[in-house]
Amino acid sequence: MITVGILALQGDFAKHAQMIEKLGQRPILIRTAEQLRQCDGLIIPGGESTTLLKLMKKHALWDAVLDFARPKPVFGTCAGCIVVARSILGTKQESLGLIDIDVQRNAYGRQVDSFIDAVDIQLNGTMDKMEGVFIRAPKIKRIGKDVTPLAWHRNDVILAEQGCILVGTFHPELTEDSRVHEYFLRKIKANLFGICRNSI
Amino acid sequence: MQDAKAMKLKIGLAEMLKGGVIMDVTTAEQAKIAEDAGAVAVMALERIPADIRAFGGVARMSDPTVIKAIQQAVSIPVMAKCRIGHFAEAQLLEALGVDFIDESEVLTPADEEYHVNKWEFKVPFVCGCRNLGEALRRIAEGAALIRTKGEAGSGNIVEAVRHMRAVQSGIKRLTVLGDEELVTEAKNLGAPVEIVREVKKLGKLPVPNFSAGGVATPADASLMMQLGAETVFVGSGIFKSADPAKRAKAIVSATTHYMDFDLIARVSEGLGDAMVGIEIEKIPAAERMAERGW
Repeated sequence: MITVGILALQGDFAKHAQMIEKLGQRPILIRTAEQLRQCDGLIIPGGESTTLLKLMKKHALWDAVLDFARPKPVFGTCAGCIVVARSILGTKQESLGLIDIDVQRNAYGRQVDSFIDAVDIQLNGTMDKMEGVFIRAPKIKRIGKDVTPLAWHRNDVILAEQGCILVGTFHPELTEDSRVHEYFLRKIKANLFGICRNSI
Repeated sequence: MQDAKAMKLKIGLAEMLKGGVIMDVTTAEQAKIAEDAGAVAVMALERIPADIRAFGGVARMSDPTVIKAIQQAVSIPVMAKCRIGHFAEAQLLEALGVDFIDESEVLTPADEEYHVNKWEFKVPFVCGCRNLGEALRRIAEGAALIRTKGEAGSGNIVEAVRHMRAVQSGIKRLTVLGDEELVTEAKNLGAPVEIVREVKKLGKLPVPNFSAGGVATPADASLMMQLGAETVFVGSGIFKSADPAKRAKAIVSATTHYMDFDLIARVSEGLGDAMVGIEIEKIPAAERMAERGW
């Protein structure tokens, strides 16, 4: 069984945990650096990126997650995507820089501009449709040459990967569709077998 | 179907706020202090509940100037309160682009029979409750988030505890009832049977359940989280204390790590005076905010 840590300082960790459980794997909620040691992969959930950032620094999880991500897979959704990005446009907000993308926070506006729409997703060579839930979502404004886009809403990349780092600007955990989480679990398995590695 | 999709977005935002602290603020400076302390959202108010209590008179929706200044000061979600049943105030707040509306007993009610029909709005609503029936009625009206009321501006946790325990024991009770008992139970709760069935099935409310009204210390926050709150609203407790920035940070830490008692003990040191607080019996019945709402 795979153990997936879900950063639970704040945010929608509970929904990610439900999804991992539904897929027959073991989720554990991470609030201390110590707890990270048992994990094969880590999800940084949606929430408030400024809050997550402050709490990660305060509770020694900033460096711990950086160390964790050197060999192991990390999946950041929404606020999590912001936290792992190379840079955040228009602010001095710090980020972990685990994946070579630039992100703009609240790029669609406030909560009244949040929306659900069909998105195009390509996880195993074929293009498919999926429901995309966007809540005060960020936008990926630039992807580096080593980053592979995996899903799109209109012309925007909304899911991408580099090595073992996966990021999404939307919330698959708020739907019944588990394809993105299954994809992340496959990355974790590949990593355990030494196939998927991070370049950072 | 449209309703279901809209509800998913509304509840979705509430999910993002879990495990955090939502702080009442009255100025851009206070909003910055809250954000820097790690608040997940702020509630933009003209007066915090303790001052509303002291000031007396009719308490209404905040001046839009106050809300706009706070929206400009922070990047975290900004909530604001409308009076119970005052759907025009809610329409204004939606037009201002607030991220969540609190249809709140802290303000003077505008309608003594009906609450706002929250399904008509794109912006999500949070509503207060004292027990399971009240929570389920608000959910039936379209609330995407429930908070137990407590007694706002009292600095006294006893009502928050009473209301959270009432909701939790109401839920536990439903889970052991037979299906044939649910219609009568729905009648007794004054809530739609469909939602009663759903709660029985889930063993929890179909929307997140936060706590409000009376949190003044890190230990208060931990207490409410252990009793089943998924996030804590702090009103007067922070900005009516001696050192708001320090206390705000301490309450955030105690909420995230609500079972780490060494940590909570550590952050509780040297916070200076907490807000003074009032015994509930000393508040005349007519001035108890929790009694408002039906």
